[in-house]
Amino acid sequence: MATEFHNLQELRHSASLANKVFLQRDYSDGTTCRFQTKFPSELESRIERPLFEDTVKRLNTYYAEAEKMGGQSYLEGCLACATAYLIFLCMETRYEKVLKKIGRYIQEQNEKIYAPRGLLITDPIERGMRVIEISIYEDRGSSGSCSGSSSTSGSSAR
Amino acid sequence: MSAVMIARKVRKWEKLPGKNSFCCDGRVMMARQKGVFYLTVFLIVGTCSLFFAFECPYLATHLSPAIPVFAIVLFLFVMAMLLRTSFSDPGVLPRALPEEATFIEMEIEAANGNVPAGQRPPPRIRNVQINGQIVKLKYCHTCKIFRPPRASHCSICDNCVDRFDHHCPWVGNCVGKRNYRYFYLFTLSLSLLTIYIFTFAIVHVVMRSVDSGFVKTLQDTPGTVLEVLVCFFTLWSVVGLTGFHSYLISLNQTTNEDIKGSWSGKNRLQNPYSHKNIVKNCCEVLCGPAYPSVLDRRGLTQDDLPVPASTAAQSNPVPQTTKTTAPLIPNEHTPDDAKSSIADSAISHAEKGSPSPKKEKPPTPAKVPPLASPETDVEASIIIAKEKAL
Repeated sequence: MATEFHNLQELRHSASLANKVFLQRDYSDGTTCRFQTKFPSELESRIERPLFEDTVKRLNTYYAEAEKMGGQSYLEGCLACATAYLIFLCMETRYEKVLKKIGRYIQEQNEKIYAPRGLLITDPIERGMRVIEISIYEDRGSSGSCSGSSSTSGSSAR
Repeated sequence: MSAVMIARKVRKWEKLPGKNSFCCDGRVMMARQKGVFYLTVFLIVGTCSLFFAFECPYLATHLSPAIPVFAIVLFLFVMAMLLRTSFSDPGVLPRALPEEATFIEMEIEAANGNVPAGQRPPPRIRNVQINGQIVKLKYCHTCKIFRPPRASHCSICDNCVDRFDHHCPWVGNCVGKRNYRYFYLFTLSLSLLTIYIFTFAIVHVVMRSVDSGFVKTLQDTPGTVLEVLVCFFTLWSVVGLTGFHSYLISLNQTTNEDIKGSWSGKNRLQNPYSHKNIVKNCCEVLCGPAYPSVLDRRGLTQDDLPVPASTAAQSNPVPQTTKTTAPLIPNEHTPDDAKSSIADSAISHAEKGSPSPKKEKPPTPAKVPPLASPETDVEASIIIAKEKAL
């Protein structure tokens, strides 16, 4: 039933949102940012498991890199403290640099892997770093019972 | 007859729910009640001014010019830390979008199974294991999320805050993950400043009394009495607070956890976040990475919408003044509105789902990356839906 989209533009014009899947945070290691790599059942027919797990693992690596307590973060912290944190007005923190890297990575993954399969990953920072939201699109022509399902259940649940 | 179209830039802070007040077009974020904060500023600035006016000239000439210089440096550091604590985002967690809230509700219902009619459903709790310890995550009915570990909902600001410590009226803001180290440095430096002023005020009185007599000294420098009084009473509270927070940091605990007795050792509950090493705990809290704000306060709401004049007058409050009213909360929309808005926002969301070209990043002190805020998309889409209906 593979809905073929060749790029994000095509996705936008000819697809309608069918469903959204939310990957939750994995707190087994504490409060550091990690996402569960459990493969959601809704995506089984849309994408191969190794590709998906690869993306999530890579994201987890990036977040771990951003939050790593090591020599560099201590140095940054102490230097910033010595300048009464005024240095953050002109300098970008390491976390922000990694977030930009994550943004670029997600865009690249969307363009190369997810959009052609009718999926779209939303950057977790746009959801408060709580979830990775994956939107599932259906071709507008074939959107039958699926589309709007989340909206109807949403209104009744409220 | 055509409606006048105004392209008005609405920033996301204007649409954020919760009871915060924003200044400087979203750069500053505080709680609504700021009276005690102004008192704090007044006390610090007032006492230091008296010190510079009365003590410093005498001490600079009779002891050393380094004394006022160090006092100035310390004073500036205290003010910088205070303003940083008060004006920054403590680590507010944005509320769940309708789809996410629905998804979570469905998960809860699936987990609870069938509840017989008439029986109260079980409390919404998610158990996670952290470093071998079972931690219960509670569901927040206001924000419609399961709170991450160590997060708590502040009723004064009406937000869930990550690593919530406490709401401090003296700084006029919550103290949480993002501003805890500034808060600690503020109390520490304020303790030093208070001790410094107290000591040198006494030294000054003693030295001057030797020359001119005690009563004449007090007549010459009346400010000294006030300083000594303020410092004496401040010392006890601020130094005590610094000591308390030093203790909490060494154990990697928050005030909230300490008050609730979460890791007091009963039921064999140990703190799973502690590294069991004082130095490591201190390093993590004070020198850890600077977490970014996940609230995009200064980002523009969906695509500079051309807003019809009438709708603009109704729905958008004047942004120049401090925003004090809670804006429309998306969850209160009618089902019909929500349906069309979800569809619309999803498609347009797909347009900006991949990191968007709107990375214009004004150099703000808060250093917020440009992000989509959940509520604004729905709110803006309501306007689209209304326009279509017209």
